[in-house]
Amino acid sequence: MKITLEHVTKKFPGRGRKRHEEVTAVSGFDFEFPDGKLVGLLGPSGCGKSTTLNLICGLIRPTEGRIRFGNDDVTELAPEHRGVGMVFQNYALYPHLTVKKNIMFPLENLKGEQKLSRAGMEERALEAARLVQIEPLMDRRPGELSGGQQQRVAIARALVKMPRVLLLDEPLSNLDARLRLQTREEIRRIQKQTGITTVFVTHDQDEAMSISDLIVVMKDGVVQQTGRPQDVYDDPVNLFVAQFLGTPPINVFRGSVRQGQLCIGDAPVLPIQGVPDQEVIAGIRPEGFVPDGSGPLCCKLDRVEVMGRDISVISSHECCQAPALRSIIHSELCVDLNSDTVRFSLKPDKVFLFQSKTQERIRFEAAGTQ
Amino acid sequence: MEKQNLKGWLYLLPAFLFLGAFMIYPLIDVFVYSFEEGYNSASQTFFGTGLYNYSYVLHDPYFLQAVKNTFILVVITVPLSTGLALLISLALSSIKPLRELFQTVYFLPYVTNTLAVGLVFMILFKKTAYSDGLVNLLLLRFGQGPVDFIDGPYWAKMFVLCFYTIWVVMPFKILILTSALASVDRVYYNAARVDGTSRFRIFTKITLPMISPMVFYLIITGFIGAFKAYSDAVALFGTNLNAAQMNTIVGYVYDMLYGDSGGYPSYASAAAVILFAIVLTITCINLLVSRKHVHYT
Ligand SMILES: Nc1ncnc2c1ncn2[C@@H]1O[C@H](COP(=O)(O)OP(=O)(O)OP(=O)(O)O)[C@@H](O)[C@H]1O
Ligand SMILES: [Mg+2]
Repeated sequence: MKITLEHVTKKFPGRGRKRHEEVTAVSGFDFEFPDGKLVGLLGPSGCGKSTTLNLICGLIRPTEGRIRFGNDDVTELAPEHRGVGMVFQNYALYPHLTVKKNIMFPLENLKGEQKLSRAGMEERALEAARLVQIEPLMDRRPGELSGGQQQRVAIARALVKMPRVLLLDEPLSNLDARLRLQTREEIRRIQKQTGITTVFVTHDQDEAMSISDLIVVMKDGVVQQTGRPQDVYDDPVNLFVAQFLGTPPINVFRGSVRQGQLCIGDAPVLPIQGVPDQEVIAGIRPEGFVPDGSGPLCCKLDRVEVMGRDISVISSHECCQAPALRSIIHSELCVDLNSDTVRFSLKPDKVFLFQSKTQERIRFEAAGTQ
Repeated sequence: MEKQNLKGWLYLLPAFLFLGAFMIYPLIDVFVYSFEEGYNSASQTFFGTGLYNYSYVLHDPYFLQAVKNTFILVVITVPLSTGLALLISLALSSIKPLRELFQTVYFLPYVTNTLAVGLVFMILFKKTAYSDGLVNLLLLRFGQGPVDFIDGPYWAKMFVLCFYTIWVVMPFKILILTSALASVDRVYYNAARVDGTSRFRIFTKITLPMISPMVFYLIITGFIGAFKAYSDAVALFGTNLNAAQMNTIVGYVYDMLYGDSGGYPSYASAAAVILFAIVLTITCINLLVSRKHVHYT
C-alpha cells in the first residue's frame, strides 16, 4: 500500500519564555512512499524524522496537509485504526512483560475475524522471534536484555501482526557494527519477503544508502531531495545533501570560476562550460581524485592508509574547508610516499559546484566531454 | 576490614541506643506485661504469669465488638477508598484544564484537622430534638424516614464511620496515585495505541502493572491504618465508644489503660499483642499476594 504525504506540516507550540514562537518540526512534506518499497528517511538529529514517522502512524496530527494510505484519507484516523507496525527510537518494550508476551501483545488486540487462537498466536510470535533470532530469550524481561536484543524484540513486535505499513525509527542505533550490518540485511530481507511498505529512519547515510529503494534527505524539517540512493549521491541538489551522503564525506573547497576554468587557490584545476565567472564552493568526492604527476591540484601529503583494495590518501590543501583532505584511489595507482606533495587530476563527474551564498548546486558541462 | 566494621557499628550506636530505649524496650515490655497476671501499676507487683490476660480479653464482649467493628471498617474502607482514589486520579490525569485546581480541592481534607472534620460530619448526620441534620433533610426529600446516624442504629453509625474514614484517607491516596500515573512513560501508551490496544486493555495491561508498586503500598498502609483506627470514631461518637458500640481495637486498648473503667495495663497489652498478630498476618498475606501482581522495574 502506498503512503502519500501531501504538503504535511507540523508545528509544535512553544514553551515557557518562547511561548509565542512555534517550533516547525516538519514543513511542507510532499512525497509518495511507493507500495512495497523500503524508503530511508535520512537527516541529522532534530530534523524532524521521528515527527514524520509519528505523523504517518497517527500519534500526532498534522497542522496542515493530508496523509493517505492507498486511496484512503487517514489524516483524522486514530493510530489504533491505521494498522501500522512501529519500532520506537527507544523501543518502548513493556518492562513488566516477558519477551514472548511483548511480542504477542499486538496479536491479543486483534478482534473479530482476525482473532487468533492461543496456539496460533504463540506460533506467530515464535515465527517473528525466529526472524530476528531471539527465540532463546522468550522468557526474559526487557530489563534483562542488551540494547541490541531489545531492539530486535521491538522489531519482532512490530512485525508480528503483519502490518500494512512498517515504521522503523533508528532501529539499529544500539547494535554493534557487525550486528548492525547483519540486522539491516535482515530487515531488507524481511521487507522484500513480506512486501510491506516500510519507512526506515536513520541518521546514518551508509545504512540508508545500502538498504533503501528510495531515500528522502531532510534538514530542519524540510525535504531536501528524494530519489534512488545512487541518483541522489551522484546528483545532489545542494551542498547539504552532497556533504551528508558518502563516507568518507565529500571534500569541500573554496574556489572560483574564471574564464571557463574552475580555480582552487590560483591553480585552474578543471575546465568547465556554461558557468559565468563567480566565487563558488567546489565539492569533490574522495573517489574523484586521480593521482597524476602532472595533475593541476597540488596538495601536501600527510599519510596513506591502505584499506584492502583501495588506498586512502590523506593530504591537506589551504582552500579545503576541512583540515584533512581524503581521497580514495585504487591500489594499483601508486603515490610517491617520500614526496612532500601529491598531485591530482580530477574526474569531472565527481566534482560539484555550489553557489557560495545559497549553497545551491550550479550545473556545468565539463569541457572536452562533448 | 575488622576495624572498618567496628567503626560502622560505632556510628550506628546513637541510633541504636535511641531506638532501643524508645522502641524496642517498650515493645518487649508490652509482651512481658501481657503475660503478667493481676499486675498492679501502683505497687508494680503481679501474682503470676500465664495466658489469663488473653483469655480475659478474648472473652470480653467489648473486645469482641471492637474486633468486629475494626474488621468491618477495614474490609469496607480499604478497597473502596483505594478504588475510588484510583478512579479520581485517572480522571484527574486525563483532564488538562483546571487539573491543578481539582488536585488542590481533593487534597484539602488531608490538611484539615480530623477532629474538626469529625465535628462537621456529626452536624451533618446528627438528628436532635431541634433539627434533623442536613443528611436527614435530604433523605426526607426522597421519602425516607429520618435516621439518627450518630446515636441511632448500629448500621447507620457504621455507615458514617466508614464514610468518614474513606473521606479522610482519600486525599493522600489520590496524591500518590496521580503522581504514579504521571510517572508512567507516555511512550508505552503510544506503542500500545499503534498496536491497536483498546483503552480498557491499556489500563489493565499497562497502566495498572506500571503503578502496581504504588497501589500495593497504599493497600498495605491502608490496612495498617484502618486496623489502628481510633481517633475517627472518637471524633464522631465521643469518648465512650463501648457504650456506642463503636469501639475499635486501639480504642479498647486505650480504654483499658486510661478509660473510666481503665487501669489494666495487662489487658491492654494483651489486646495490643493480639492486634499486632492480626496486622502481621494480614501484611504477610498482602506480601504473598503482591509477589504475583506487583511489578518492580
Ligand atoms: N512534542 C514536541 N514539542 C515541541 N517540539 C518538539 C516536539 N517533538 C519534537 N519537537 C521538535 O521538533 C524537531 C524535530 O524533532 P524530531 O524528534 O522529529 O527529530 P529527529 O529527526 O527524530 O531527531 P533524532 O535523530 O535526534 O531522533 C526538534 O527540533 C524537536 O525539538
Ligand atoms: Mg528521532
